[in-house]
Formats: sequence, structure tokens, C-alpha cells
Amino acid sequence: MCCSGGWRDVAETSVARPIARGPRGQVGAQGATKHLLRWVAIVYVALLVAWPVTLVFWNTFAEGLQPVIETFTDPLVLNSLRLTAIAAAWSVVLNTAFGVTVSMLLVRYEFPGKRLLNALVDLPLSVSPIVVGLSIVLVYSTTNGWFGAPLANAGFHVLFSTPAIVLATTFVAMPLIIRELVPVLQEVGVDQEQAARSLGASFPQTFRRITIPAIRWGLLYGIVLCLARSIGEFGAVKVVSGNLIGQTQTATLMVEQLYFDFDQEKAFAISSLLAVISIIAIITVSLLRARAESRSHS
Amino acid sequence: MSIEIKGVGKRFGSFVALDDVNVSIPTGQLTALLGPSGGGKSTLLRIIAGLEDADEGQVFIEGVEATGLPAQKRNVGFVFQHYAAFKHMTVAKNVAFGLEIRKRPKEEIRARVDELLKLVHLSPFADRLPSQLSGGQRQRMALARALAVEPKVLLLDEPFGALDAQVRKELRTWLRRLHDEVHVTTVFVTHDQEEALEVADDIVVINQGRVEQAGTPDQIYDAPASEFVMRFLGPTTEFAGDVVRPHDIQVLSIAVRDGVRATVTQVQRVGHEVRLSAQPAAASGSETVVSLARGHHRDLGVDVGDTVWLRLTPGSSRMATTPAR
Repeated sequence: MCCSGGWRDVAETSVARPIARGPRGQVGAQGATKHLLRWVAIVYVALLVAWPVTLVFWNTFAEGLQPVIETFTDPLVLNSLRLTAIAAAWSVVLNTAFGVTVSMLLVRYEFPGKRLLNALVDLPLSVSPIVVGLSIVLVYSTTNGWFGAPLANAGFHVLFSTPAIVLATTFVAMPLIIRELVPVLQEVGVDQEQAARSLGASFPQTFRRITIPAIRWGLLYGIVLCLARSIGEFGAVKVVSGNLIGQTQTATLMVEQLYFDFDQEKAFAISSLLAVISIIAIITVSLLRARAESRSHS
Repeated sequence: MSIEIKGVGKRFGSFVALDDVNVSIPTGQLTALLGPSGGGKSTLLRIIAGLEDADEGQVFIEGVEATGLPAQKRNVGFVFQHYAAFKHMTVAKNVAFGLEIRKRPKEEIRARVDELLKLVHLSPFADRLPSQLSGGQRQRMALARALAVEPKVLLLDEPFGALDAQVRKELRTWLRRLHDEVHVTTVFVTHDQEEALEVADDIVVINQGRVEQAGTPDQIYDAPASEFVMRFLGPTTEFAGDVVRPHDIQVLSIAVRDGVRATVTQVQRVGHEVRLSAQPAAASGSETVVSLARGHHRDLGVDVGDTVWLRLTPGSSRMATTPAR
């Protein structure tokens, strides 16, 4: 529209390039490799995951519905499921609150010890849950634990009761939400938040109206992962709970106990329930993923 | 004066982004902060907006000290290079954001948003998401959003930098017209001297964290305060020991008394312009580049190897070259 031309004014044009195709023989070789890889993957996943899990369901219903109904009317089983639900709910609530805070801290601010914090956040992923359990015992033991003795004197028992189970479950599932949120926060950037601030929004308003909606799919994804991990937790909980039947036995601990007591039908029934919850979680997650991706590309 | 910057300094580690900067920005004008990338102009704009803290110095907005004030209390409109659109909100919701934060009545918000969308020609797009807009449309939405809160000053950080050339030109012409309608004190950052010269009432040239010169486009172009300003505002060449503009040199095919005799070494045609390089006969003289209109060159009829006489058009800006440091 203007007449003054210079090198700045040369419009950038994107040239569509035809996709390079190799000679026919090469395509064939690639096709063969693709088929081979596909079959390796299918056989691997089938042998390692799909087949064994299917067997669990198979065994659950091998004797008909009666054992299943019996299992899920057993007050001890219901109690263990209730405890798992409580532990998972606390784990999700605590890890969501702390996960969002720590992620914001890691992405938005520079501070000494940031790398150390970043590494510590990953620790629960790499350390065996048994170690997590033992470390909690060391801290909260009523005889020589740093926190345990004073808390016991105040009449509050952590070990061998619900608080320890919640602690262990939360610890183990801690990194999942943070590892989901950090890249999302990095990608979103600070521009939108700064724009909101300059338009008069306070920090809480900006957080609620701009930050949370921007990261919601990643957050939801993290929460689902956290929930699945919390429900399945076994090792750390086993150490800190004392495994008291009907009191501190979570669903996974119950499965182990029933299995060793030759009550396999019940063990399989509970296992199936846990597997179903995980499968629902995975499906939810993949749907969320697809949705989040289609949003960001639209 | 709408914005008063006194002795502002800012460092990032050992890098000095701004060093004792003093600037006054007049009320109701469109002012450009012009300079090369990394020169500190964006940092200065962000300090005015409160998005960055100055290490030293003070900022006054309409006579009130704003130095320690957080961004949300400055009532400043800010437009980002990459739009910073709220991606999960419709265009109308984006524009309404500042008003909703201020808890204005719903009716008032709707009327104001309608008015602003009309102003930026986005009324048909009110219910779209930002991802469904082009870059130019997004930036107009960002501008409406910033104007919605009736800011005391409007700050734009390389507002057209992410757009392609054609849209950039349209938008800057449009910004000039918009400013003539709205009259809010506006400061925009640019590294494009043509953009600054075309759009701004006033230009502040910033380089290496310092203000090189401030003034109207004419003052800056015609009477540059330093060789840097002269070189940054347009093409330059050396002639008779001075830095001058290539289009200020006359080329003659006959000898004149005040002319410098030279031999044409290169003729380069660039669209409507012809760039002619000539080597002065005096051994000390360095090569001079002259810019001629295509038609003028044709009339002159000179080519490589010909002898010409060069002289500076009377009244042209010239500046003694600084010896190489």
C-alpha cells in the first residue's frame, strides 16, 4: 500500500515444498522395518502387560459372579477400599496444592538452590517405595523419631494409622503433577500473566483467571496420573501402616494378604477393580491429551 | 509532561541495560523509543509499566511517582510484541477483562466493549477465540483490551514486530489514525527507523542503555546529535571527510568549481533507485555511494569508468567522521 520499498519490505513467503520421496525399493524396505517394529512392540506389550492383566479379569469371573459379590460385600474389603480412597484423595489434594506452587516457583522464579529443588522433586520417582516407607518410620517413630516422639506425647499417632498412609502415598505420587505442569507453564510463558497485571488484576485474580485456565488440561492430566499412582501404592504403605487387618490395610495390602491366605478369588476381584480404575484413568488421560493438543493447535 | 524518567538505571547481572536515563514524554503525543536490539528501549518501557523494577532512579506518571508501584496499580495500557492474548477467552472477553476486574456494571462493560471493537474493526469477531484471528487482528484486539481501562498512558512493545511487512505497514498507518482519534499519551518501542519517522510525533533514540537524542522526527533526521543517530536513521556514506546521506549528493557530468572529481566504480540498480559508487580522484578520499532516482540516472547517462563531479546539496546534514577508536 505504500510506495517506499527497501529490504525490510520484502514479504516473507513460505514456499511449499513437495515431500521428497525415495525410490520405490527404499519405500519397501522402510515398510518392512515398520512392520517388524510394529510386531515387536505388539508382542512385547501383549506378553508383558495385556495378557497377564486379562488373566486377572479372567480369574475374577472364572467362578461366576458370586465370589465377586461376596468380595465387595465383605466389610474388611470395603474398609480397605475406603482407606485407599481416603489416602488417594489426600494425596491428590496435597499434591495438587503443592504441585502447582512448586511448579510456579520452578518456572517463574530464579533462586539459589533451584537445581537442587528440581532434583529433589524427582527423588520419589527414582527411589524405591520401601525406602520412602523406612524414611517415614525414622521420622515419625514414637521411640526415636524427630517428630514422632513429640507428636506421640501430644497424643497424636502418625505411624501405623491413617496419617502415615496418607504421608507415604503423597510422597510417592509427588512428582507426577509437577512434571506435568513445568513444561506447560514454560510453554504458556508470562506474557498473559503480565498483560493481566497491567490491566489491573491482582496476583490471586491473575492466578485464578489466567494461569489456571491456561494450564488446566496439563493439571487435570497430572491429577489423574497422581490419582492412579496413589491408588496403586503398595511398598511404602506396607512399611508405615503396620498392615493391621480392618484398620490400616489398604486395598493393595488386602490383595496381598488375601492372596497369601489362599483366598485368591477375593484377591483377583479387588485386583480387577484396581485395574479397572487404572484403565479408566488411562483412557481419561489420553482423551484429555488429545483435547489439550487439539486446543493448542487450533 | 505525562511521563518523567529521572536517572533510571538497570542491570542484568554484569550487563548494563540502562544507564542514568532521563526522558520526558509529552502528554497526548505519540512517542517512539527507537534503537537497535538490546539497546535498552524495551527495558525502559517495561520499567514505565512496572513489569520490571529499576535499580535506581524514579518514574513519574502524570506527576505522580510510580517507581515502587506494582503494575496493576499504574493504570497503564501495555501491548506486547506477541499479543499476549488470553487464549481461553473470546475476543470480547479479552477486551472486557480489565473492566471486569474493576467490577464495572455489566451493561457498561458491554457498551464499552462494543465501542472498542468497532474502533479496532473487530466487531464481527467478538465471539471468536484469539486462535481464530490473524496476527494483525490479534494485535488490534490487544490494543482494544489495553484501551478499555482508559489508561493514563499506552505502552506498545515492538507492537508490529511479529507481523509480516505488508500488515506491519497497514497497522502503523492505522495506529497513527487511531491515535489522532483517541489522543491517549502513547509510547511505542521499535527498531525500525522508518516506522518511527512515519508514525511518531517525537522520537527518543536509545543506544547501549543511554539516550542518544530526543526530538521531533525532523530534528532527529535533519540535525542528528551524533554519528550514531545519523547512521541509525537512514543510509549514510562518506564524502569529503564527512558522513552524509547518499541522496544528498549531486552527480554532475561536467566540471563545476565546488565539485569533487571522481571515477564511477560501480552502478547498481535497486528497483526505482540507482546506487552509484564513485572513487574521488584525491588519493585520500574514500569511496562515496550516491543514491539517484532511476530517471535521473538515465538522463545523466554515466557508467562504470566515467568521470563525474560530486557535490553536496546545500543545506544537507553532514557530520565529521569520528576517527576509528
